[in-house]
Amino acid sequence: MWKAFWAFVKKEIYHIVRDKRTLLILFGMPIAQVLIFGYAVTNEFKDTAIHVLDHAKDETSLQLINYIQSSGNFRVEEILLSESQMEKGFRDGSTKLVLVIPSGFTIQFYTENITSIQLITDGSDPNNANTLVQYIAAMVSEFQPEKVAQISNPYQIKVEARMFYNSQLESAYNFIPGTIALILLIISAMMTSLTIAKEKETGTMEVLLVSPLSPILIILGKVTPYAALSFLDAVLILLLGFFVFKVPILGSVPLLLTLCLLYVVTALSLGTLISTVSATQQDAMLRSLMGLMMPSMILTGFIFPIASMPIILQYINKIIPATYFIEILKGIMLRGVSFPFVATQVGVLMLMTTFFLVVTWRKFNIRLE
Amino acid sequence: MNLEKDEYVIEVNELTKMFGNFTAVDAISFNVKPGEIFGFLGANGAGKTTAMRMLIGLSKPTSGSGTVVGFDVLNQPESIKKNIGYMSQKFSLYNDLTIRENIRFYGGIYGLIKATIKEKTEEILQELDLVSAANKLVSELPLGWKQRLSFAVSMVHDPRIVFLDEPTGGVDPKVRRQFWEMIYEQSQKGRTIFVTTHYMDEAEYCDRVSIMVDGKIDALDTPQNLKNTFGANSMDEVFLKLARKAKNT
Repeated sequence: MWKAFWAFVKKEIYHIVRDKRTLLILFGMPIAQVLIFGYAVTNEFKDTAIHVLDHAKDETSLQLINYIQSSGNFRVEEILLSESQMEKGFRDGSTKLVLVIPSGFTIQFYTENITSIQLITDGSDPNNANTLVQYIAAMVSEFQPEKVAQISNPYQIKVEARMFYNSQLESAYNFIPGTIALILLIISAMMTSLTIAKEKETGTMEVLLVSPLSPILIILGKVTPYAALSFLDAVLILLLGFFVFKVPILGSVPLLLTLCLLYVVTALSLGTLISTVSATQQDAMLRSLMGLMMPSMILTGFIFPIASMPIILQYINKIIPATYFIEILKGIMLRGVSFPFVATQVGVLMLMTTFFLVVTWRKFNIRLE
Repeated sequence: MNLEKDEYVIEVNELTKMFGNFTAVDAISFNVKPGEIFGFLGANGAGKTTAMRMLIGLSKPTSGSGTVVGFDVLNQPESIKKNIGYMSQKFSLYNDLTIRENIRFYGGIYGLIKATIKEKTEEILQELDLVSAANKLVSELPLGWKQRLSFAVSMVHDPRIVFLDEPTGGVDPKVRRQFWEMIYEQSQKGRTIFVTTHYMDEAEYCDRVSIMVDGKIDALDTPQNLKNTFGANSMDEVFLKLARKAKNT
C-alpha cells in the first residue's frame, strides 16, 4: 500500500519537473506576482505631475506651491497662465490635477475667515482622482496652521490620525497576505484540478481505477506533491514579503504555517471537487478561473474594500474561503494575535473543507457507479 | 484462486445492469476457458463496455452473478483488480515518462517488490526490443510500439487474464497484425485474453466470439461455427445479419 503510494507520488513528481509550464506557474508566478503587486500596484504617489493656475502670484501662493512640491509626492510640471490652458494637460495626459489659486490669496489667507482654492481633476479615472484630492487637501490643511501663527479660535478640533499596525500605510501589508491566499488557491486548487482532469482526458485515470490502488489513494497521490509545493510557495512569499517589502510577522510563525497548511487542504479539496465535475483540462481551468480566482481576487477585500460593496456582494464574500484566510493572515502577521482571536475563521475554514470533501467523495462515488 | 484445468476463468450468470429504467446489459451468461482468446463484439451502445466494466470491478451489477479468476464480481472487486490486467482503448501510458519509468510505475502500483520490478522491466524491454530506447520518453515512440508496450505493461504483474478494450483502434493493418501475434504468444503461455473490437477481421482470430445486440448476447461460438450457422462467408456478414435482425424486432 505504502509502496504503491510512493510509486504514485514519484510519477507525479516526474510530471511536474518535466513540464516547464507547471514549473513556471509553481515558482515563477508567486515571485512575479509579489514583485508586481509590490512595485507596480502602490497606493502612494511619488513625483506625480500636476499643473498650477496661480491667479494670485503672491508670496503665500508661492509658499503653498513650494510646500506641496517639497513633499516629494508632487511635482509642478507647468504653471498655467489662463483657464483656457487647463484642458490641454488633461487631454494629452501630462497631468491628472490642476490646482487653481484665486487672486488676492495672501490677503484672504491672513484676513478673512474663508479662503478657497480649487482642485480640478481628471474624473475619467475616479479612484486616482479621489486619492489625489485627498492628498492635496491634507497638505493644504497642514500648510495653514504653519503660516497662521496665532490661533484666532482656541477651540479648534485638531484631528490626529494614527494608523495602528501599519503606520506608514504600506500597501505591501495588504497585498502580501492577499497574494499568499491567491497563490495557494491557484496552485492547490487549479493545478490539482488540472492534473486530475488530465488523467481523465488521456484515459490513464481508467487504468488507474482498474488497478488495485483505491480511489482515495489515487487522489491523495495526486494532491500530495502539490500540497507540499504550495506550502513551500507560502513560505517563499512570506520571506519575500519580509526581506523585500519589510512586512513583519508579529504573531507566532508555527501557528501561521499550520494555518497555511489548513488553507492548502481547503484549496485542495476545492481542486478535487472541481476535477470531479470537469471532464477535460479546459473545463477544469475555466471552472477554477471563474469560480475561484476571480471571486477570490475581487470579492475578498484584496483589491476593492469590502465595506463599499453592495450588500449582496458582501454576502458572497462570506462564502469565499480566501476571505477568512486573509483575515487570519492579517491577524497573525500584522496584529500579532494568538489563536483564540482567529478561532472563528479557522472554524469556518474547517467546516468549509469538510463540506467540500464530503461533496467530492459523493460525486466521485457516483461517477464510479 | 487455484484454478483447476477445466475450470473457467470467467463465469457469468444472468448478469444485468440497469441505469434507471434503461437495461444496458440484459441477463447475459457465458464462460471463458483458461488460455482462450475470447472476442467480445457488439455495435456501439450494445452494452459491451458496460458489461466489461462490471467484470473488471468498475461497476456494480444490478442483478445476476459472476466470478472472474475465482472472485465474485459483486463482493470482491478489489481482489479481481489485483489479478487482472487491463488495457483501455485510450492510450494508457504516460507520454512524459520514459519507457522504463512507465514499466516501473505500473509495477509499483500493483505492489510488486523492487527486485521483481527490475526483473520484469528488463524482460519487457528485451521482449519488445526496446533495450536501447529504455530511457526515451514514451511520446517519442511510434504508435504501434506504444500499443505493444502498453499491452506488455498491462501484464507486468502476471495476471491470469487480460482485458483489452479495443486495443488496435487507429493503427494500420500491419501493426494490428504484429499486435495479434503478441496476443497469440500470450495465449499460448496460458494467459486468457478477453478482447473487445469492432474490426470484424480481428474477430476471425479469436477462439470464440460473443456478439452483443441490445444488451443481450445474441450469438456465442467459434468464428467457424458462427459462419456456418448464419450461412455467411465472413464474420462481417454474420455481424450484419445479426444487426439487421435487431432492427426488425
